[in-house]
Amino acid sequence: MKTSKVMNVLMVGVGGQGIITAGNMLSLAAMNAGYDVKKSEIHGMSQRGGSVFCHVRFGEKVASPVIPVGEADILVSLEEMETLRWLDFPAPGGKVICLKNRILPHGVENYPEDTATELKKHGLDYMELLPADLTAATGSAKTVNVAVLGIVAGFLDIPEDAWKKAVAELAPAGTADLNLYAFEQGRKTTIGE
Amino acid sequence: MSEKLFLSGNEAIARGAYEAGVKAGAGYPGTPSTEILENLCQYPGVKTEWSINEKVGLEVAYGAALSGARALATMKHVGLNVAADPMFTASYTGIRGGLVIVVADDPGMHSSQNEQDSRNYARAAKLPMLEPADSQEAKDFTKLAFEISEKYDTPVILRSTTRLSHSMSIVSVTERDERAIPGFAKEIPKYVMIPLYAKKRRIAVEERTRRLREACNELSVNRLEEGKGDFGIICGGVPYTYVRECFPDAPILKLGMVYPLPEKLIREFCAKYEKIYVLEELDPFLENEIRALGLDVCGKSSFPAIGEFTPEIVRRGIGGKEPETRKSAVELPPRPPELCPGCPHRTVYEILRDKKLNVIGDIGCYSLGTLPPFKAMHTLLDMGAGFTVAQGVELAEGKEAMKNTVGLMGDSTFAHSGIAGLFNAAYNKRHCVFIVLDNGTTAMTGLQPNPLSGKTIDGSPTVSIDYVKLCEAAGMDKADVKIVSAYNKEEIAGTLDTLLAGGRLSLLVVKGPCMILKRKQAKKQREAAG
Repeated sequence: MKTSKVMNVLMVGVGGQGIITAGNMLSLAAMNAGYDVKKSEIHGMSQRGGSVFCHVRFGEKVASPVIPVGEADILVSLEEMETLRWLDFPAPGGKVICLKNRILPHGVENYPEDTATELKKHGLDYMELLPADLTAATGSAKTVNVAVLGIVAGFLDIPEDAWKKAVAELAPAGTADLNLYAFEQGRKTTIGE
Repeated sequence: MSEKLFLSGNEAIARGAYEAGVKAGAGYPGTPSTEILENLCQYPGVKTEWSINEKVGLEVAYGAALSGARALATMKHVGLNVAADPMFTASYTGIRGGLVIVVADDPGMHSSQNEQDSRNYARAAKLPMLEPADSQEAKDFTKLAFEISEKYDTPVILRSTTRLSHSMSIVSVTERDERAIPGFAKEIPKYVMIPLYAKKRRIAVEERTRRLREACNELSVNRLEEGKGDFGIICGGVPYTYVRECFPDAPILKLGMVYPLPEKLIREFCAKYEKIYVLEELDPFLENEIRALGLDVCGKSSFPAIGEFTPEIVRRGIGGKEPETRKSAVELPPRPPELCPGCPHRTVYEILRDKKLNVIGDIGCYSLGTLPPFKAMHTLLDMGAGFTVAQGVELAEGKEAMKNTVGLMGDSTFAHSGIAGLFNAAYNKRHCVFIVLDNGTTAMTGLQPNPLSGKTIDGSPTVSIDYVKLCEAAGMDKADVKIVSAYNKEEIAGTLDTLLAGGRLSLLVVKGPCMILKRKQAKKQREAAG
């Protein structure tokens, strides 16, 4: 995907999954690569165990910090049902990367089934990731967000060194190597497509 | 030399203040404004504080400005209600060093109890207001606000919104402009607003507004962007970026200053196009001002007055192409926010729920106790109302009602305005049982220290309020103040029973550190050790 147009990546999940960190890494990588970048998210009350999202847009010149409905090139979700919550955002035929991770909302007993079928029904380019595979590949459950980012990187026109600089800079203190390793593993792994 | 950074709107405002040579920053945490002061605090040469509330914060910043320093006060929209009192009269006295009041509105109420439009305050207090659209503008407008403040001898309001404060974009930064501080100087007729002098300053305010109204036609932030088409759009702030997204070629009058408005520019722009859209979130503020000039524009008849705008809303309002939506056959359960697992407040809420008490509540993380599985908070109005509304219930129903009613708030809220309510109850001989949920921090807004935490904004140790002595000073009996652990359910329940049965004004402090704070502190210790 070469980016003469603005690239829109929507990252979603549940509070505590590292969505915001991954979004920051993507933004900084795009900036390192010389793009104009905008990112949008909401902090505060909604973060306490609620749905979390992060819009990242980059290209020659970006206007809105928010991705318009139907224009996300890639929807990345770190939680299964959260993927469906953003169903209106992917562009026609857009890529959806879904980590098959199930986190039950409080007070809900039955996890909704058929997320994948539903996404495919709408003609989206659906790609599924298994948390266990990523944990096994990276050796840590803590860096799954960055491993997923490594997979996303495969679909974006951002050079390797721009990514590495961003991941190292934004990894929590003392975890740069761990996160770089997770990113690398993600980058070279294609799982369960 | 200019360097580029990727900054949020809030980080950019802090950067702008730093570059403008700001010496003092004060405010009270409130989403979405909190990170401004948190960031300003980290710059060299700037003294900052978390004030106990927004009124105090603005007064402190005003004092710094009277000493000739540039000063910044920060707050969320509802915080400006608290700070409105000093703001309205600071408009009369003017300043010596530049004074900028940053207010962050929350269209869509992502993290707020109301959706008020702070632009109305600019008109009401007769203060100029700037509104940036992205992080670069957030930084630039902050610096411009200081210039306007000093040139026109006025506090200036910088208005942000959640979307601006929490979005990030690329910002060119420069060096700090260091400024000398002339120091406090006596000038009684200008700074002492007894009626005799206030009447004179009242005239100065009108004269200032007249000059600003004229000058803002030439102000670079009020910008005419030529384009194609038979309609023109007047807008400002974040909605401007949505217009540019959806209608890249449309002619736009972008208003960086939303009060006062550039009449000449607006008239010129409106004369050029058949149809003029005024595009603004929340109230028809610009629309009404422009209509008052006798111009016919299309505003709230095409765009909602409720909630946050999106690119889709902008497109729809102007008759653009609607995006296709997709219908899902799978029904998704909502995922509302909730009290964190292990949150020390959970136990208290279990007790309040099981005892079926009327809980007069307040604002913070603990407001989530109103949701299932607790449903144990029955009012939320404003900061400090947990204690005072309970007193109204007693006034109406008599002291017997206080046997099954409690007033409740967190530690930061207690310091913000709860103490005044407590003193009011003591003075007026009320019989309420009050509860403070003390988790050692201002958790909702991201763990800021407060007067009960023993730490200041930069983490350095300080005094912390002694609940017992405070209550004693208010005239309460020491025996009516109980401090218990949040992890001892039996003790909390037993103490609450005793206090409710006692029928006396009493304070129950339930202490247990915020889990997020605890985790952060443990992590810091590990990092320090390893």
